[in-house]
Amino acid sequence: MAHASATQRDTASYRWWGVELIAFLFRRKGGKRLTITDVITYLFLILGTVVMFFPVLWLVMSSFKPITTLYQTPPTFFPYHPVTVQVPGYPEPLPLVDVRQADGTVKRMARVGRVVGIEARVIDLNAPHEPPVRVRLENITPVQEIRFDLTNYTTALERFPFGVYLRNSIVITISATALTLLINSMAAYALSKYRFRGRNVIFLLILSTLMVPLAVIMIPVFLVISRVGLAGNLLGVIIPPAATPTGVFLLRQYMLTIPDELIEAARIDGATEWRIYWRIVMPLAAPALAVLAIFSFMWRWNDFLWPLIVLGGRSDLATLQLGLQSFQGELNVQWDLLLAMTVLSLLPVVFVFGILQKYITTGIASTGLKG
Amino acid sequence: MELTTVSDKPILLLARWLKYVLSLPVMGILYVLDAFIGRLERLIGQKRMPYLFVLPNMLIFSIFILLPLILNFVFAFTGGNSIVPANRPWVGLGNFERLFACSDIWDISTCREDVFFFAVRNTFLFVLVEVPSIIVLSLLVALALNRDIRLRGFFRSAFFFPVLLSPVVVALIWKWMLQTRGGLINTILGFFGIQPIAFVLDGGWMMFWAIFVSVWAQLGFYALILLAGLQGIPPVLYEAAEIDGASELQRFWNVTLPLLRPTLLVVLVLSLIRGVQMFDHVYVLTGGGPGTATLLTVQYIYRTAFEPPNNWGMAAAVSLMLAAVLAVLTIIQLILNRRQFETV
Repeated sequence: MAHASATQRDTASYRWWGVELIAFLFRRKGGKRLTITDVITYLFLILGTVVMFFPVLWLVMSSFKPITTLYQTPPTFFPYHPVTVQVPGYPEPLPLVDVRQADGTVKRMARVGRVVGIEARVIDLNAPHEPPVRVRLENITPVQEIRFDLTNYTTALERFPFGVYLRNSIVITISATALTLLINSMAAYALSKYRFRGRNVIFLLILSTLMVPLAVIMIPVFLVISRVGLAGNLLGVIIPPAATPTGVFLLRQYMLTIPDELIEAARIDGATEWRIYWRIVMPLAAPALAVLAIFSFMWRWNDFLWPLIVLGGRSDLATLQLGLQSFQGELNVQWDLLLAMTVLSLLPVVFVFGILQKYITTGIASTGLKG
Repeated sequence: MELTTVSDKPILLLARWLKYVLSLPVMGILYVLDAFIGRLERLIGQKRMPYLFVLPNMLIFSIFILLPLILNFVFAFTGGNSIVPANRPWVGLGNFERLFACSDIWDISTCREDVFFFAVRNTFLFVLVEVPSIIVLSLLVALALNRDIRLRGFFRSAFFFPVLLSPVVVALIWKWMLQTRGGLINTILGFFGIQPIAFVLDGGWMMFWAIFVSVWAQLGFYALILLAGLQGIPPVLYEAAEIDGASELQRFWNVTLPLLRPTLLVVLVLSLIRGVQMFDHVYVLTGGGPGTATLLTVQYIYRTAFEPPNNWGMAAAVSLMLAAVLAVLTIIQLILNRRQFETV
């Protein structure tokens, strides 16, 4: 990793090529030397990255572990599976173990039956028909291999109505987002491009509801929802949250920048108001609509309290988030399956984040929308 | 580096394709509406069209936000177990009196609804630790990300990534990390010779982890806001300070901090508002437990209302008080925003 200016530097401190490499990677842009503040910055950021990423990585790795090694202490990072062997005379495959013999050598054998107390029974692979020998547990190490096994995933999909949850989540997310884009942009168009009686009152009303979280009105909301027959109905999760004040505000601010002359010209050409909205304003507001679409997707996909109140205990209508919560709330949490389901419900968000990261970060930085 | 056009990148093609697919349902609805509304427009006249445009949004607003806002008062001042307002007898301030009925105001355990006070106390503690942690840590992250360093985009994504995860997923990730057997935290503690701790059974620990997880999940969001604030500081000021011989620390105290103050205040109020109404992360992570150790106000409202004996009135009374706290915070935020706007 020789650098053009390498000779000009204090060669003593860069003698070791490893240092040279690290220095190259972490040198500031423009080839300036690292200062102590830079080093601290990098250490802080690397530590932070580990704290932010590692739990997710740990979740993914754990989701591939079989129940036999999932609770192993100390746990391993990679998913280890016990290696089994088919032995004549035994219907089930037996786990392989390394057994330390009295003379200090290690012999590969197969374990039989359950572990009782501090002893286990093993059989010789070369003489499977001889009766098992009792060995103390401390002389036994199970043979394991790293394997990314999908058993947890397939079992979880069979055992739980994951498909139903997934369908509910997708239906809610897509239709609520479409509805949000439509009605928010309509309201934003009227509020930004028309002068009419009551406009300011309506705008202020919308702005003030920005500050009303569901947490403080959940009881009357539940009443209203059940009165209009939307309790225990997917529409109850789709329609009410679609009228986001944030969306109206964001789109209105953007539409204010669209020149009025365009609209006037279209009006002179005989376009109806609806056509102006749909053919001229909507395409021009596409960037803001895209930002709102991404956020609406995130909001609805991750929503918890609203579906919890509206859908109640109906498991056939539960979203992914509600499904996950109900399984983790059970008395005997089946972590092997729960972990696999958690990973599956995390994938769409990772996918969206991966491709649309720029929109999301600039959207937040410029509008303060919550992800 | 060779210049490439935007559409050359497959990721952007994919994004465009996704945008197209996502907009399809909207377009479909619009086509159907077009024929219908065109006729309607001729009927009601051009002048009334803006009302038609705001109608769907306002309808949903009025039914599902404004109406409940008013109904909340009705619930708070009436009693009984029925959810239908007509069947609820007027009790005046009865719900509030019951909430604050204590024989000794200095001892929570003598209160009739002691759980309410536990929830309020927990929420106070939660906010008191969470908000300063968020401010200090997100400021540090934003300062680090604002420096002229390599891999800046990567680091920014790393800190921001958890913001997009759902509260349920975040809570489950950490619940798994905190397991006594097979949990990573206890494994790490084991390296230092510490015996495994059953976090789930320890109220103090669970409060710590509830705060930790909530900070973990939101840090990137606030760091991003602060980063935008930092980037809004004109570089000329730093250059001037450097010429005057100010050290890096002096530049931070005398240039960065004063100019970042409006953004910091926004972060303070926003995180306060969010902290006071914290629910999902903690609900999934701890369920409010052990006992009532991590029960927060919003969970108390949910529990009181939706679990038997469904005391809607008392829950609504607590919601009203929570709404009052939030309203004060929001007004502060509005004043701050205005001041920030004026200084720009």
